[in-house]
Parts: sequence; structure tokens; C-alpha cells
Amino acid sequence: MSTEVKEAAAAVVKEPSEPLFSKRNKSLLTDPLNDSNPITVQVLGICSALAITVQVKQAIVMSLSVLAVMIGGNLIISLIRNVIPSRIRIIVQLVVVASLVILVDQVLKAYVYDVSKALSVFVGLIITNCIIMGRLEAFALANKPWRSILDAIGNAAGYAWILIAVAVVRELFGSGTLMGYKLVPDAVFEMGYMNNNMMILPPMALITVGIIIWIQRSKNTALIEEN
Amino acid sequence: MLDLVNIFVKGIFIENMIFAYFLGMCSYLAVSKTVKTGVGLGFAVIFVLGITVPVNYLIENYVLKEGALIWLDDSFATIDLSFLSFIMFIAVIASMVQLVEMAVEKFAPALYGALGIFLPLIAVNCSILGGALFMQERQYSTIAEATSFGLGSGVGWFLAIVAIAAIREKIKYSNIPPALRGLGITFIITGLMGVAFMAFMGIEL
Repeated sequence: MSTEVKEAAAAVVKEPSEPLFSKRNKSLLTDPLNDSNPITVQVLGICSALAITVQVKQAIVMSLSVLAVMIGGNLIISLIRNVIPSRIRIIVQLVVVASLVILVDQVLKAYVYDVSKALSVFVGLIITNCIIMGRLEAFALANKPWRSILDAIGNAAGYAWILIAVAVVRELFGSGTLMGYKLVPDAVFEMGYMNNNMMILPPMALITVGIIIWIQRSKNTALIEEN
Repeated sequence: MLDLVNIFVKGIFIENMIFAYFLGMCSYLAVSKTVKTGVGLGFAVIFVLGITVPVNYLIENYVLKEGALIWLDDSFATIDLSFLSFIMFIAVIASMVQLVEMAVEKFAPALYGALGIFLPLIAVNCSILGGALFMQERQYSTIAEATSFGLGSGVGWFLAIVAIAAIREKIKYSNIPPALRGLGITFIITGLMGVAFMAFMGIEL
């Protein structure tokens, strides 16, 4: 592992300089939205996607927190990638991420206290959100800072759109609201419509993600698995 | 003694890490393609949870809690280090995982090859940190209770991953819509298993 990482790092260092938004760099931003989406293709960061998608507002705050932690983590790890001994790299990564998460946690508590309270344990569990560690391990350890930042933004965006899509479905059908605003008119309820309480329970989050994957793969047939 | 058994059984069925809290989903979904790798990762999780929860219990009660440092000197009675708990827990977990990684690499190279990137990712398996945080939240009174909680949740996680791996091995022979194959159907099956496991939630132990 260590030699591979070093070789990869060396290969990147030798490259001639390229424009900030070259084609290769742009693909870092756009690939995670679809072809290598962190949730539906790389299968990373599922726990939070399930637990905090009951309301859209929570999903948005969570996505922003993950974005902030990912940019910070990828940047720092990428800057110090050549001095981390590979045997203790996991601890180094975790310490960096944990410090960033403590910062985010304090900021959330200061400015959006109610949301921070609703997210409860899951702010702390950003530390163990596999997207962050996965990208640090797979990308930031072998790439320059600017590319790592782009990779962080791309992956956080890919994570965010799935999160928000799931949250929209669950909030709309589970509570009849979006962002806390009532969307389903009372007249519909009087006609016998009822909120689907099942949507608020965790199992429906799994099934919703499953259906999103189904739709995405029907459109993008290259992602279909063998069996 | 009965308390310990209760906590253990509760950890396996009622407060199952995957079906009740959905923790540790990433490795659960990615390593459950065959029963063999599922069993390997399941044992790794039992082992890591069984060690890290009691170790974190000691750290919580003798270092972090308000007044926990009183065993050093009476003047430390007002010190509250609990804001450091995330970073302390994760440091313990990461070092334990690195130990397990070295042991598996040395004694079971085939398993090491099969688990690939997911062994280091046990460190970010939410169920491990989740176990430590639940231990902190529930205030277990003795280290034996904390250990039995750790082992119980580990066994629950093990059961879940073995069950889904067995289903996925069988489902290969079914005629699933192409776009749903693999990940999609696994999500939906896990959702259905979660619905089934919700039946345990009402049981009081």
C-alpha cells in the first residue's frame, strides 16, 4: 500500500502544470453526480443518508456540514500526504476529521441550534461517514491540494443530491410538508388522504434509496451490475 | 448475571445496530456479496466492538466525565473533558482497527485480500463509534455491562450481515430487473428485513 501511494503521488507531482479547470479537473466535479456517485455507486456514507432524511431542512444542513468537513479534510490530508507514515495514516486522517467535526458541531450549535439538536448523534457520526474517509484514503493521499478540493466538492454534491431527493420524498409523503411548509392542502385530507407514517420510519429510507438507484441505473445502463 | 444476559440479547435483537439504528451500513452493503467475506467482517466487528466498548468505558469514566479525574487529585473534581470524547473514542477505535488489520494480514492473507479496502474502513464503520456513543449515552454502571453490550451489538451486526449475504447468494438465481440487480435490490431487501425486525422493538427486557 505504502509504495503504491508514494508512486501515485510521485506520478502526479511530475505532471506538467495544467489550467485550474482543465477537462480532467472538471470531471472530478461532475463524475460523482452520476457515474461515480458516492451513495448509489461507491456505496459510501449510507448511514446518515438513512437517518436524517426525515426532513429536507436537516438533509440540507447535513449536506453543508459534510461539504465543509470534506473540503477541509481533503485539503489538509493532501497538503501533508508526503509526511504521513502509511502505517498510522488512518489515525492521522481520523484526528483531522474529528477536529473538523468538533468545529462544525460547535458552529451548528451556535447558529442553528434547533437543527443541531434534531441531528443529535449524527453530527458526531460525520467522523465515521465513510465518504470522507473513503475519499481521503482513495484520493487525497495521492493527489495535489487543488484536485483534492475539487474532488471533495464533487463528492459532497453527489452525496447532497441523493440526500435531498430522499428527504423530499420522505417529507412530502410522510408529513405532507416541504422545508416545514404545508404542501398538501387540507381539502385533500378531507377527501380521505392520509400521511404515510411508514415513510418516517427508517426502513422506508432504504427502500426509497433502492428505488432511486433503480431509476438512475435504468437511465445510465453502464452502471448495471452483473448479477 | 441476568442483567448481563438481558443487555446481550437486547443488543442482538431489539437494538440491532443495522435494523434499528442503521449503523454500519456502508461495509454491510459492500462486503455482503458472499457469506464467507460477510462472516469474516462480522467476526472483525464483534472483536473490535468487544474490545473498544470496554476500553472507551474506562476512558469515559476515569478521564472524560465531569469529576472523573478525581482519582488523581481532589482538585480535579470540577474538570469536565467530555467535549474531547469524539476524538478520544475515535483514536482508541482507530488504533484497535490497525491492530486487527495487522493480525488478519499476518494470519489470514486470503481473507485480507477479500476484504480489501473495507478492513481499514472498519475504523469508520459507524457501528463501532455508535457503540461507544451509545455506551456513553446509556451510562452503564459496570464495565461488565459495557462489555456485554459491545459483544451483543457485535453479534447482532454479525447476524445481519450473514443473513443478507445468504439472501444475496440465493438471489443471484432470481430474475430481477437489470437496473435493480446488485445494490438496488439489496437496499430493498434490507428495508424489508428492517420492517420485520421492528417487531422486536416493543419487547421489554
